[in-house]
Amino acid sequence: MEKEKIIQLIDVSKKYDDTLVVENFNLYINKGEFVTFLGPSGCGKTTTLRMIAGFEMPTSGKILLNNQDITHLPPHKRPINTVFQRYALFPHLDVYDNIAFGLKLKKVPHEKKKNKMRHLTSAEIDEKVTNALKIVDLEEFENRDISTLSGGQQQRVAIARAIVNEPEILLLDEPLGALDLKMRKDMQFELKEMHKKLGITFIYVTHDQEEALTMSDTIVVMNDGMIQQIGTPSDIYNEPANAFVADFIGESNIYTGTIISENKVRFLNHTFECVDKFEKNEKVDVVVRPEDIKLIRKDRGMVKGTLISKVFKGVHYEYVMMIGKNEVVIQSTHDYAINKEMGIIIEPDLIHIMHKEFTCNVYEGYINKNNQVCFANGEFDCDVTQLYPHSRLDEDGYLIDEKGQSHDLVDVDVKVQVEFNDIEITDNAEDGVVEGDIIQILYKGDHYQVIIRTEDEDDFVVDTEYTYNENDHVGIKIAKEKIKLTLKSEGNKHEKV
Amino acid sequence: MKKFRFSRKQLVIPYAVFLVLFVLLPLLLIIYYAFTNSEGHLSFVNFIQFFRDRTKLNTLAISIVIGALNTILCLLIGYPIAYLLANKKYNSNKVIVMLFVMPMWINFVLRTAATRDLLSAIGIKGGTMPYIAVMIGMVYNYLPFVILPLYTTMLKMDKSVIEAASDLGAKPYQVFIKTIIPMSMPGVISAATMVFMPTMSSFVISDILGERKIQLLGNLIDLNFNHSLWNNGSTIALIMLIIIGISMLLTKNVKKEPTSRGGGIW
Repeated sequence: MEKEKIIQLIDVSKKYDDTLVVENFNLYINKGEFVTFLGPSGCGKTTTLRMIAGFEMPTSGKILLNNQDITHLPPHKRPINTVFQRYALFPHLDVYDNIAFGLKLKKVPHEKKKNKMRHLTSAEIDEKVTNALKIVDLEEFENRDISTLSGGQQQRVAIARAIVNEPEILLLDEPLGALDLKMRKDMQFELKEMHKKLGITFIYVTHDQEEALTMSDTIVVMNDGMIQQIGTPSDIYNEPANAFVADFIGESNIYTGTIISENKVRFLNHTFECVDKFEKNEKVDVVVRPEDIKLIRKDRGMVKGTLISKVFKGVHYEYVMMIGKNEVVIQSTHDYAINKEMGIIIEPDLIHIMHKEFTCNVYEGYINKNNQVCFANGEFDCDVTQLYPHSRLDEDGYLIDEKGQSHDLVDVDVKVQVEFNDIEITDNAEDGVVEGDIIQILYKGDHYQVIIRTEDEDDFVVDTEYTYNENDHVGIKIAKEKIKLTLKSEGNKHEKV
Repeated sequence: MKKFRFSRKQLVIPYAVFLVLFVLLPLLLIIYYAFTNSEGHLSFVNFIQFFRDRTKLNTLAISIVIGALNTILCLLIGYPIAYLLANKKYNSNKVIVMLFVMPMWINFVLRTAATRDLLSAIGIKGGTMPYIAVMIGMVYNYLPFVILPLYTTMLKMDKSVIEAASDLGAKPYQVFIKTIIPMSMPGVISAATMVFMPTMSSFVISDILGERKIQLLGNLIDLNFNHSLWNNGSTIALIMLIIIGISMLLTKNVKKEPTSRGGGIW
């Protein structure tokens, strides 16, 4: 049987002022599914949810509910209810009236008079509220004041208030964020049970990957306003689409590897067998989960290294092994002594290989009158002679090519390429040519890959050995000889006669 | 000898002294004067006099009516203003709020005299239409006291609760009636208490704008004290105090929210 699509988001984008919060979001959700939007804070997941609820209007794109366009429908006309992050209960009403709020406003077709609508009778409301209270396990609390309830109880009231209206979709915006760990686990289980019992489509927003993995049928991993991966929990965990997903879901070791031949990849100074097929010599991201690495006597392992630390985590030990300059995090239930050389084994199907998201920083820029290249709102010193082979600069700053012809380079459009490890980060933002904030950090075995975003939303991907924090404000410098320039098009040659 | 040690408890002393000197003592004096006759003997003659005097009862009635009317008018005008000011969509800086409060910085008597001249310039003369002139003056004077507490309550209002109401199917006007108004009730009450009583006891506005054609309880107390009729004046003051007490008791039931301590800023 073909599953019914209950809601579709088509090319939905949302801009606040000039910042894109959600970018070209395309998603459909089947009826009765439990879907989770997962991502770090500020990734646009809550904004997406609020657009489905109707609190925000998309800047562009369409939202379809049961194939009807609801993009511009106000929230009170949508058969969708929300459980808010901080419950948002009505402080002036008691538990019963909070839950009955939606029912009292609801109108149903009149049984006797045709084309007439009527309000629900108080007996009907009473029955529904009692039923909802039973579902959330708060039977005795009808007349309690909201302020006398604990966080967990308030959350239950909030859920009851939403499900009592029998919405087609229930939206949950990090509903368990304010609860303690034990309570959160209980509620996770209860929500899952509720989902099974009610058959309502749940859309759940969280930044907690464990919560997402335990509860969902489908997870939508988001970062930076874009969908990174859509899949079942096991898909997302076992086959992460890119290094970000791998890093965000569970613990992972991420390395840069090279494809040696079909089914062979080289990383950690060793050539491993693998199952994924990639092009020969491609630089790839390699992800290995800590629990997928087997520790073994050093003479039997594929690679050997030294255990440098050990932390007891309850069920297992977490070790860090140094292999050359790379750190490898390993989980094992066995107790080994540290500072000992040991070997590791990784099964071919547990090595996850993915295309690199970025291989090089590429910008569009132009040359200014000082023979500097301008891009990302900064003026960088560069070597313009690389634009023409065997050329040189004369005293006036004009470029003389090998035939002796001189070129005026001012305003010439160029393509700028900079390798990740050729960018220098300055702690003091003013020392850099451009300034930006660190928006993402990935640890790749022996270095960090940092993404720095400038105010104008230009991104710099930088490989660095130093530790930075997310949201650090830093400066960027690039050495003159590290900037690679190419002319954007032949037609742009400005020749001076 | 025990050495004196300063503890946090001693910080209460200045406040206690202040309280006794400026609150408790005057209050006791008022009660003493209210229940004694001019010879200083205990008697209820002042009360009997007050409730037998038709003009005084008339003054009481007019004061209550003007006080109530002023409260209602101020709330009707102040509520939407406070709502707009507290809404980021319409007002993103606090300067506009300051503009509404700024008239309070100008000397009260001067301001009222200026209001009189302005009103008579546009044809509303205290001599011919005392009630209209006084009401305009009252509303003008007490509006900031309504806007400020309402504004602070509305600023503190949880926006997601309003969203929740519309999420649950409430149309915009239903959201307003069923959530915004009940949730701003603490602010409404503190605004009302800050307008109602002071209106009844004010005498400058009714004197200047009403050209002495309207007498409020404030005028009456002023009159009595100016003629050294301490006993009569104190009785009226005590009656007003009792009215305050009753109105406080009435509003206490509405203001039952234990989580928020009203909406006043004072």
